[in-house]
Amino acid sequence: MEYIAGEYDVVVVGAGHAGCEAALASARLGCSTIVFAINLDSVANMPCNPSIGGTAKGHLVREIDALGGQMGIAADNTLIQSRTLNLAKGPAVYSLRAQIDKREYQSFMKNTLESQENLDVKQTEVIDILVDENKKIKGVKTHTGAVYKCSAAILATGTFLKGKIIIGDLSYSGGPDGLFPANKLSDSLKELGLKLMRFKTGTPARINKRSLDFSKMEEQPGDKKITPFSFTNETLDRDQVLCWLTYTNEKTHKIIRDNLDRSPLYGGRIEGVGPRYCPSIEDKVVRFSDKNRHQIFVEPMGLKTQEMYLQGMSSSLPEDVQMDMVRTLPGLSGVMVMRSAYAIEYDCIDPRQLMLTLQLKDAGGLFCAGQINGTSGYEEAAAQGLIAGINAAMAVSGKEPLILDRSQAYIGVLIDDLVTKGTGEPYRMLTARSEYRLYLRQDNADLRLTPLGKTVGLIGHERYKSFENKKERIFHEIERLKKKTLPPSERINNFLEKRNSSRIKSGIAMADLLKRPEIKYDDFLEIDNEMPGLAFSEREQVSIQVKYEGYIKRQMMQISQFKKLERKKLPRDIKYMEIKGLRLEARQKLDAVKPGSVGQASRISGVSPADISVLLIFLEQMYGRNKSV
Amino acid sequence: MFYDDTIAAISTAYGTGAIAIIRLSGSKSFKIVSRLFSGSARFEDLKSHTVSYGRIVDPLNLETVDEVMVVKLKGPNTFTREDTVEINCHGGMVVQKRILKLLVEYGARPAYPGEFTKRAFLNGRIDLSQAEAVIDIINSKTVLASREAVRQLEGDLSHELKDIRDRLISIIAHIEATVDFTEHDIDELTEKQLAGSLSDIQKRIGKLSSRFERGRILREGLKIVIVGRPNVGKSSLLNRLSGKNRAIVSDIPGTTRDSIEEIININGIPAVITDTAGIRETEDVLEKTGVERTHKEIGEADLLIVMLDASENINAEEENFLKSIEKIKHIIVINKMDLSKGVTGSELLKEKLFVEMSLKNNVGIEELESKITGMFEADSIISDKEVLITNIRHKKLIDEADDFIKGALHSYDEGMPLDIMTIDIRNAAESIGKITGESVEEEVLNQIFSRFCIGK
Repeated sequence: MEYIAGEYDVVVVGAGHAGCEAALASARLGCSTIVFAINLDSVANMPCNPSIGGTAKGHLVREIDALGGQMGIAADNTLIQSRTLNLAKGPAVYSLRAQIDKREYQSFMKNTLESQENLDVKQTEVIDILVDENKKIKGVKTHTGAVYKCSAAILATGTFLKGKIIIGDLSYSGGPDGLFPANKLSDSLKELGLKLMRFKTGTPARINKRSLDFSKMEEQPGDKKITPFSFTNETLDRDQVLCWLTYTNEKTHKIIRDNLDRSPLYGGRIEGVGPRYCPSIEDKVVRFSDKNRHQIFVEPMGLKTQEMYLQGMSSSLPEDVQMDMVRTLPGLSGVMVMRSAYAIEYDCIDPRQLMLTLQLKDAGGLFCAGQINGTSGYEEAAAQGLIAGINAAMAVSGKEPLILDRSQAYIGVLIDDLVTKGTGEPYRMLTARSEYRLYLRQDNADLRLTPLGKTVGLIGHERYKSFENKKERIFHEIERLKKKTLPPSERINNFLEKRNSSRIKSGIAMADLLKRPEIKYDDFLEIDNEMPGLAFSEREQVSIQVKYEGYIKRQMMQISQFKKLERKKLPRDIKYMEIKGLRLEARQKLDAVKPGSVGQASRISGVSPADISVLLIFLEQMYGRNKSV
Repeated sequence: MFYDDTIAAISTAYGTGAIAIIRLSGSKSFKIVSRLFSGSARFEDLKSHTVSYGRIVDPLNLETVDEVMVVKLKGPNTFTREDTVEINCHGGMVVQKRILKLLVEYGARPAYPGEFTKRAFLNGRIDLSQAEAVIDIINSKTVLASREAVRQLEGDLSHELKDIRDRLISIIAHIEATVDFTEHDIDELTEKQLAGSLSDIQKRIGKLSSRFERGRILREGLKIVIVGRPNVGKSSLLNRLSGKNRAIVSDIPGTTRDSIEEIININGIPAVITDTAGIRETEDVLEKTGVERTHKEIGEADLLIVMLDASENINAEEENFLKSIEKIKHIIVINKMDLSKGVTGSELLKEKLFVEMSLKNNVGIEELESKITGMFEADSIISDKEVLITNIRHKKLIDEADDFIKGALHSYDEGMPLDIMTIDIRNAAESIGKITGESVEEEVLNQIFSRFCIGK
């Protein structure tokens, strides 16, 4: 029995990492919002590894935080171990990674949703998208027949759409982590004319800590000093737990090889495309047969549970094989497996059907975020959720959308890649995907994005004021270091020699001294009594900006070149199929993507520089130099 | 690609003509030419749409490259609607190329085929009815250009380029894999190992760059300069080699007051031979300019032919000269063997490559020719199968890659971390990729996934 259950500005389908950010952003921007979950105990669930961050992913969390999102704050509140990765490899790739107490994280986020003004939280399954004759969204319908009217809707369905669980030769309809799948919504999307894809991902077994022998594994402690994700936390003081490292061996590999015929991956029972960077253990053994061992990390799922996660062992082999295989690992001979590893297949959309705002091109007011767009990872999902939430709210209130470009944020790279190039496998953020990563660092995410967060309306007055003050202090300190000259005195030269740095014969600016790799900013405390006593994040910022100044300047020049093409906008109504000079492939690709700018067009695979020339000529012909193009 | 940069190209038909026109278009055209042009008025002060006489001068050594007429054209009343300069110079390929090279050094980019036309169109210079024709031109020119590029890239040069690029990409992939997949036990690449690999690559790029020089020789000719004291027979040798009576020959020392160029064919190698005024110190003002020019010619020569007189002893001047050219390729010709049994008086000659000649009796000329080809074939300058870099755009990109590798090595010397070095390595791979037409991004990712064991 269908009935009208309510009317909202924005409806969010799914309360995972994308859905939570989307719902919070929309509600915080003043839109009446409702968020649906199939099961409210699974809000902000981590069905795979109990961790947040890592290379490039940590960057995303920082950017989400800088724009006024929630993930960084939630992670800081619930982390149980923290590490900064890549410290020796350069500031652009320093990356935060934290082990998270899974249950605590979910409670924290659920409570945040529940406490948020303008936001309703509801357990139900959405089965239908309702649109008007122009394909403009007008509401959603749940499995109980309830209709929620809305001006905009955000689909953040994760891996639930026609979810199928596969364990060896066994497969059944199911969602992640033992939850129910959403079997009906896909059909509604198909009716809307959307092109769907089938992706696959997997997760390893969970095991009982009580059954492990840690004396046979290596300890993996956290950093002494915790670096918080959120710019609102200057420091974090917390007891940290240990992770453990063990290895597979020839015995493990033999069991895998002997049972490959029972693997659905090799037996052809999985049709979905899995990610290359997250191969199952059987994949690794087959593809890298020369390696006689693979790392396996044993990570706690939380403080109030004995359950542990086996990073590196994701598998879709049958349960009995999994048991035999896991027992061959040092320290795991008596292992008690609590949950088996499984692979999951699900429907997602071809993200090239989206605009850079994350709204579907052909359905007014309908946005998509997270795994439904072909990505993988909590952080990638949250980043899209935030942008979709912001842009849904902007659309409802008739304001300009927020589009980040590739030179502004990893979020910009992520969305541009998805929308422009599409993806053939679950997309994971990598620093290697960014052309400007020396600028897109995690340490300066606030400098890059907080002003935008303020403009959008997610950064409040207080926070912005403290951000401005921080920026001031950094600026003044850099100026001071450039102006203040140290004399070639015995004291200074002793200071230098102690650090194996060459002596100076004439006065030198402190900034120039800081450019020497062996000199650290904090070292100056020893020779300079005018040090302003900055916070850690400010000192780090000063140090990086001074030390890598020349490289950063060069990158900024590349960015300004890049921006020129991005500024050449392409009208949405260009009929690419009718442009005679374009090769057929280019016509089809451009027509499918409908790029927003000449820059974006030039990144579409299959569109050549010659095609871009033709396109420019066409534009000139159609619109003239002095018109809006 | 479509940046607002300034483009330059030789606009007249390829090859040697009476005069040639080199054209620049773009916002920096005036700035670039003002650095190089020297006339009675400063280039900045020239009126638009006027023709002015002057010289193109290499700012580095203040040497005049050529006398030219420049046409300064202020946009938008130009073909491309951008600021445009047309340089009318003498028609020799050498001069044209040198001017173009200077323009590129001072900020212009060699134009792509059809690019002036494209700009003209984009800037609304050509009317709508011509649009489709232009599209066709660009398409066909692109096809031709890529065919040309492909032809150039066949053979071992393309293999070498591809190999260097693959090597760079595999280094980047290795670094990226360790950076992006910290949870996997991938062997770390140290800065030191990296610097070692980069030095090797730099050597290979250097070799490629030198092939441009060899390509230049094939196209523009081996530059041979004949030097010797007055009346030793330089002009006669030139005439004999070219089979033409071009230079003025007489018995009066100092008749040749100017360098005279002849393009000839020595057993298949094109060569530009220059006869110079004598190298002796002189009080004669006219001749003095000739002598100064001689020294300049020597500096640019691929090969010097030093002529000695068999009938006279080596004098101090010649002895000094022979010592001063140790580093330049040269052959000694001892002429007038009909008058004497050979040059005496110098220990230097014992270790030198020399040819005994009597121009009068037609002796020794073939030996000289085969020595010349021998010298350059031994250096493998010429080989039928080898495709050389003759395209100035390719040369520029290779040099660009070289600069980036230098940059990466410089970062290493400065103690910069791995990731900082990656920036320049990536740029180097991009530069080479522009020649072969490939993008770096996808390949790096593909390599990461195929070479390294990655998974959670």
